[in-house]
Amino acid sequence: MIALADVTIAYGTGPRAVVAVHDLTLAVAEGEAVGLVGESGSGKSTVLRAIAGLIPYASGEITLGGRRVQRRRSTAERKMTQMVFQDPYGSLHPNQTVDQILALPVAIHRLDRGEARIVQALAEVGLGPEHRYRYPHQLSGGQRQRVAIARALILEPRILLLDEPTSALDVSVQAEILNLLARLRRDHGLTLLMVSHDLAVIAHLCERIGVMSRGHVVEITTATAMANNQVTHDYTRELLRSNAGFDRSGADRNLDVTAA
Amino acid sequence: MTSPLLTVRNLSVTYPGDDGDVRAVRNVSFTLGRERLGIVGESGSGKSTTGRAIMGLVGHPGRIAADELRLGDQDLRGLSEHGFRKLRGKRIAMVLQDPKYSLDPVMSVGQQIAETHRTHLRSNPRDARRAALEMLEAVHIRDPERVYTMYPHQVSGGMGQRVMIAMMLIAGPDILIADEPTSALDVTVQTQVLAIMDELVRGRGMGLLLISHNLHLVSSFCDRVLVMYAGQVLETCEAGKLAEAKHPYTRGLLAALPQLGHRRADLPQLQRDPTWMADLV
Amino acid sequence: MTAAVPGTARAWLLSPAPASRLQARCGHWFRAWLNFRRNKLAMTGLGIVILLVLMAVFAPLIADRQATTLQVLADRLQPASWQHPFGTDELGRDIFARVVFGSRITLTIVAMVAVIVVPVGLAIGLPAGYFGGVVDKVLMRITDIFLAFPRLVLALAFAAALGPGIENAVIAIALTAWPPYARLARAETLTRRRAEFIQAAELQGASALRIIATQIVPLCLPSVIVRLTLDMAGIILTAAGLGFLGLGAQPPAPEWGAMVSSGRQVLLDQWWVATIPGLAIFIVSLGFNLLGDGLRDAGDARS
Repeated sequence: MIALADVTIAYGTGPRAVVAVHDLTLAVAEGEAVGLVGESGSGKSTVLRAIAGLIPYASGEITLGGRRVQRRRSTAERKMTQMVFQDPYGSLHPNQTVDQILALPVAIHRLDRGEARIVQALAEVGLGPEHRYRYPHQLSGGQRQRVAIARALILEPRILLLDEPTSALDVSVQAEILNLLARLRRDHGLTLLMVSHDLAVIAHLCERIGVMSRGHVVEITTATAMANNQVTHDYTRELLRSNAGFDRSGADRNLDVTAA
Repeated sequence: MTSPLLTVRNLSVTYPGDDGDVRAVRNVSFTLGRERLGIVGESGSGKSTTGRAIMGLVGHPGRIAADELRLGDQDLRGLSEHGFRKLRGKRIAMVLQDPKYSLDPVMSVGQQIAETHRTHLRSNPRDARRAALEMLEAVHIRDPERVYTMYPHQVSGGMGQRVMIAMMLIAGPDILIADEPTSALDVTVQTQVLAIMDELVRGRGMGLLLISHNLHLVSSFCDRVLVMYAGQVLETCEAGKLAEAKHPYTRGLLAALPQLGHRRADLPQLQRDPTWMADLV
Repeated sequence: MTAAVPGTARAWLLSPAPASRLQARCGHWFRAWLNFRRNKLAMTGLGIVILLVLMAVFAPLIADRQATTLQVLADRLQPASWQHPFGTDELGRDIFARVVFGSRITLTIVAMVAVIVVPVGLAIGLPAGYFGGVVDKVLMRITDIFLAFPRLVLALAFAAALGPGIENAVIAIALTAWPPYARLARAETLTRRRAEFIQAAELQGASALRIIATQIVPLCLPSVIVRLTLDMAGIILTAAGLGFLGLGAQPPAPEWGAMVSSGRQVLLDQWWVATIPGLAIFIVSLGFNLLGDGLRDAGDARS
């Protein structure tokens, strides 16, 4: 469903260009859920944005649903891939009601039965008619994220990209959203590609996990393997260790840094 | 048993709201000795407000009330802004989430650390600079001379937090309040920064109040953990004994966390019991 | 603030669960209004502006139109009296009537300038900010050219070229007043350009025009409007300045600036002839300033 072959993504051009992702190759089968985990600067969010068609990629090939895609997409191509962003506060227009936010994609793609679609989209994410005409600042973080998910799904995409969808949410709300995403994936047969820095969250939702560091995929493993610490790359091991919490006895920990 | 560094008894912070008063913090009590105490809660639990109240950063129109709010033998209740300013940095310090917002962007980081030293200890510029360099070394920065001259935008997140810690501890305060100090940092850097705070706090016999939403991090790092909800402390847990927590809120929160080794189809969602909102005291 | 009593209009407006687009919009504006209302100075400014508008609209009911041009030379330079609340000017005309009807001219100039500069500013600033690159450079250099002209000097040049008159004065003022709005629109667009909700709109396949029109314009308008109200004072003063120099509205039109000018000769003995219209200019400028400040504070408080 999603295939990246030797994709390189860079910011800027010429000698000052910064390469964010180097020769990435990754494949996601239809209906599969794959996670990309890494720290800041790893390039994981950059990959997502290139797949979404928000930024261009310098070389390689990105294929979605069998079709090769570039930065500029046709309306039909846009329909196939949607994304849920990290910040529930920033991903909704502050001066538009939920109704207007959901009506926009309907209008762009000239979908029929717009009214019914909006009502159904809200119901699917657990929101009701009382939320429909509220502004984002009248909603909680979890509710905003639900609206963002409803907006992504109203176009009936086949691929759903998730950029740290629960990082900005409280623990209790995170559980609700993760459950919602799992259910929607089952119900709609979605292909998921999720990015996060939180190993536990990724392992919960995804079967296969790609570990990225400084623009490279250092390992592709499974949630089960991670759980049993059967990983091959040192960096993955380090991530797993840090994820386990603070280790009092970390006597071998090197705390030194330099400005270089 | 040495007397506690910080004593808080029935602290309440109230804000006037459109539909009546909002009680952000309700009757919170705890003591902080030479230990690491964690306050954990979700957004709106009042944990940050508690930290701010202790620092005197709850501005008008918020109101603070407490039966006891003492830093050693200094009564913090009703202390003027002038009084608090003499305490901040010298006896009580705070590290916040993002060093970008706490550091002056037009001064080099070294100068800022030195300035803190000069302000509180009335040292001359040379001594202040030397103290700043020593402090940068104490936070495990290998090339302090170089970092001294750097500007805040030139330092990475983890190093920025080290700089903040250096700046906050240079005047030798008794307690350090850290409000989400590692939330904006990468996971591998988080443990490093916490280790540095741990080392310094232990070495100086200070007390550390760590405020965070990250249950696991706080319970693995701190000696004791207070769990806050809707302005109240619902439960106190000992280090590492979070799994034996009694209160349904804490248990619900723990259960709702995805765990690497324990895959479940559906995460049990926290069922909020309205009785948790009721006044405990 | 009192809680909303169910069943009243206030309850409908403040409802946390609006049931329609209309209700949501009205509630949004009502809350903004409640916020604005707290600022006493801003309400004063609003009051002044409303007074100006009412005065202009109902001028014939307040004063006698004939009195604005009726010259009774025997009664010239009379101080305030029952017959002439503000006295008479050097040609024996009733100053009160002239001030009241002069408000129409002031309002006309201000409205005409606003109607020109805001659309032009947005049309230039929005694409510059959104597309960047060459488009941005070209549009901004054009803006810089117009920004370089001193307002009054250009107005003088225009008047000299086209002849005096209100329309030419308006064009002259508008030509130098639009660049800040273009810059403002561009700055706002640049700020929002990378916002995630804009990216979401792109992701959904919205065209650039749709994004600019539906997503960005609503965000630019508040600051543009605030800027406009703050500018009003300057526009009024410029128009008055033009009137003072004999450009802009021509005699016998009761334009306030021209009235100040013609009252100069008798300023020391019959101070009211120049001072009263001057006071009118001052109060209206102040009103717009206070209103603009209030709008900006209200905007800041909500964000």
